[in-house]
Amino acid sequence: MYARIFGLAAVAACLAMPVSAAVDLGGAAGSYTVNPASSSIRFSIGKVGGGGLDGAFGRFKGSIRIDNSDVGRSQVNFTIYPDSVGTGQGRIDAFLRSDAVFDVANSPEIQFRSTSVTRTSDTTALISGRLTARGKTFAEKFTAELGGLKGGTIKFHVTGKVLRSRYGMDVGTPIYSNIVDFDMTLTGKRG
Amino acid sequence: MPTPITNSPTRYGWVAILLHWLIGIIFIGQFGLGFIMVRIESQRTAFELIQLHKSFGFLLLGLIILRIAWRLGNTAPALPASVGSLERRTAPLAHLALYAFQLALPLSGWALVSVSMLEIPTMPFNLFVMPNLPLGLSDAAEGFWAAAHWYLAYAGAALVALHALAALRHHFWLRDSVLTRMITPSSARDME
Repeated sequence: MYARIFGLAAVAACLAMPVSAAVDLGGAAGSYTVNPASSSIRFSIGKVGGGGLDGAFGRFKGSIRIDNSDVGRSQVNFTIYPDSVGTGQGRIDAFLRSDAVFDVANSPEIQFRSTSVTRTSDTTALISGRLTARGKTFAEKFTAELGGLKGGTIKFHVTGKVLRSRYGMDVGTPIYSNIVDFDMTLTGKRG
Repeated sequence: MPTPITNSPTRYGWVAILLHWLIGIIFIGQFGLGFIMVRIESQRTAFELIQLHKSFGFLLLGLIILRIAWRLGNTAPALPASVGSLERRTAPLAHLALYAFQLALPLSGWALVSVSMLEIPTMPFNLFVMPNLPLGLSDAAEGFWAAAHWYLAYAGAALVALHALAALRHHFWLRDSVLTRMITPSSARDME
């Protein structure tokens, strides 16, 4: 009798559990090193009359630490090497690397250090932090969505908007939007 | 006597005079700007100067269309009696060439930005988006129109220099009204 009730309760609990909870942020606790080979950092800047400028950074490194007792105490650190920028058009890449935009000769790194992680659902979190580019640091926010965790490899989809004018990269506005849309797929290996 | 707006058989009106000098000054500025913008080291300043060059180019195109329409809808004053027969025959050809260059130069610039693989939109003076000409994008087409724009600019500048020298010759050597009548709408300024 007790066994039967227990059995029913277990079935009910399984049915009530949302599919996404199969991997949640709490269960993904641990330290991960971002694997650039299976990750991508893409960006897009809209332009007047439609369309936009799309590009990606080829070289970057990062670490993600998800706190096992409190997701809010998790930590994300990131370094992007802007000389690895690619848009598919060599002249635009050279322009982006020049002192007009990234000034890679004097500022070879763009850094992000998280200051707080706020869990917004089982699989999503808002990451606040400080972004430093061309010697200027501002608070920025990114949304991270846990895509999966398999065999110690974690996958995140991260999006966010950054105003480039803050970092002395406002060249081309208003022809090109001041808003840079980031779209990143990050995979990390545990340990 | 009312302010002479239109041309008469003996003098230019204010509209023709203002368009002439406005286009002349902007053309010389555009030549200098074009020369500098492709040589400047700072890519940021170069980008901004190129956008400014495009803005003034479209302003020029608008003014030139207005000027050609005005020229066609107005009488052109006759040349002073002092002008010799050779010049009487060649001056209209030189002026026709000047008009052709005024039209071809901004159009070749428009073609250049339209075919560029960089696909940088044109927004004259940040006021509105100027559509591109319906031409195919390619590096080859960009190279062609860049060369065309460059040759037209230098040939046009040479023609403008010839035009200015001819005007100075009329003023200081022949001492006739050819230059002064392009400064104020007067037929009584003949210095002969």
